[in-house]
Amino acid sequence: MPTVKMTSHLYRFFPQLQNQPVTVPAGPVGNALHTINEQAPGFTDYILDDRGALRRHVKLCINDTIVIDRKALTDQLKAEDTLFIFQALSGG
Amino acid sequence: MNNTILLGTRKGTVILDRTATGWAARPILHAGVPVCYATRDPRDGTLWASLDHGHWGPKLSRSRDDGATWEDLSTLKYPEGARHILQYLPTPDFDPEAPTGQPDYADATVYKIWVIAFGSADQPGRLYAGTIPGGLFVSDDGGDSWTLNRPLWNHESRGGDLFAGDATSETHWGGTPASVDYGVFEPGIHSILVDPKDPNHIHVAASSAGVLETRDGGQTWAGRNTGMLMDYLPEPAADWGHDPHYITQCPGQPEHLWQQNHCGVFYSEDGANHWQKVSVPEAGVHFGFPIAVDDHDGRTAWVVPARADAERMAIDGGLFVARTTDGGQTWEPLRKGLPQENAHDIVLRHGLDSSGDCLCFGSTTGNAYVSEDRGDTWHCLGNNFPPIYSVRFG
Repeated sequence: MPTVKMTSHLYRFFPQLQNQPVTVPAGPVGNALHTINEQAPGFTDYILDDRGALRRHVKLCINDTIVIDRKALTDQLKAEDTLFIFQALSGG
Repeated sequence: MNNTILLGTRKGTVILDRTATGWAARPILHAGVPVCYATRDPRDGTLWASLDHGHWGPKLSRSRDDGATWEDLSTLKYPEGARHILQYLPTPDFDPEAPTGQPDYADATVYKIWVIAFGSADQPGRLYAGTIPGGLFVSDDGGDSWTLNRPLWNHESRGGDLFAGDATSETHWGGTPASVDYGVFEPGIHSILVDPKDPNHIHVAASSAGVLETRDGGQTWAGRNTGMLMDYLPEPAADWGHDPHYITQCPGQPEHLWQQNHCGVFYSEDGANHWQKVSVPEAGVHFGFPIAVDDHDGRTAWVVPARADAERMAIDGGLFVARTTDGGQTWEPLRKGLPQENAHDIVLRHGLDSSGDCLCFGSTTGNAYVSEDRGDTWHCLGNNFPPIYSVRFG
């Protein structure tokens, strides 16, 4: 199953994900996020906006490829892939 | 007498408690998270903070144990189908001829929860929140769930019912510069006034549209901008396009409303049916963001003047509060205890509050001052707070 690595910033809000292997089903990356939301209720509200699109300062990568479809999140995860959840860098 | 002051700051929520020797700040809450508004529900003591996460979206945070623990809520969202007419950022490469004349639409998403207000004592659980992009949300269960007020969202001044289809009228709601941080140029609701004598009577103010009023609990809304004048459009007295920075209402005389506008200080003694410009630029009273009114005397108000409008900082390096006791005919500068040299502070729209004889304000320079004698003298609460966005007694 694909594995997930995320910015440690998210552990502040979802400590249950810290130091835990997070795996998700292969398929659309949107489904993966909702799977994480089942383990950590409210998770998608931090990653996605009211319309289910990726928030402006959040970036997803499948291995070393940036997720293109930020609106419908249809980019596909394969079983051996790693999904990375990053936050944008910003100032003080 | 209020024994608590809440500061919403760029780096969290600061609560100050009155002690035998003065005011003492607790360790910062929501550390590192921008808090654009923090307040206490006077009905049940619940503390509220509006978190302005740069990465993770706006969230409300609620504490029912006086700040010991907080619960973040993600329940305030636009419903499916909520759209607004897209405003364009006035960037240097913006071509006003490029749009076809037909409006472009955007699906609504919350950028900022700008202000939180409370219903009356006999409306337990009733809360209001104003957002960028210009939504008024209502909760009747203490914030567990929220509903968009559709009559205001669908108002004819904003293009009509976009849930039902394309615009049926032109939008007159302009973008607020406060939205540019989010990469958009959309209006925002920053003031919500519930009439203490009639909870179905509510005023809201939107930047940059103006003031609207409902008398039927939000079922219908009408503009209340008669007498308003703006300097930045060809028709200063137009119905719409005004830029209220903040409006407030006298609790004891709710027909007395005050407005610190981009274009001056305005006063109404008839429930916002008519506004009168009461600026005295030669006294420094004209531009600014916040305004406060006395609890009982609707003719007494305070502002924190700033140099209009390209500078947006204290006038000539001296920080002062101005007070009127005659409905804005005259203003008295109050400087005792405030820095009069090399002070370049600006106090934002939610950065001043009054309660009884007490006033408090905080600036984006991280300075906070309190007065316990109606502004005659001021005492510094601290000079090293993060940039302060809101100040509320509670």
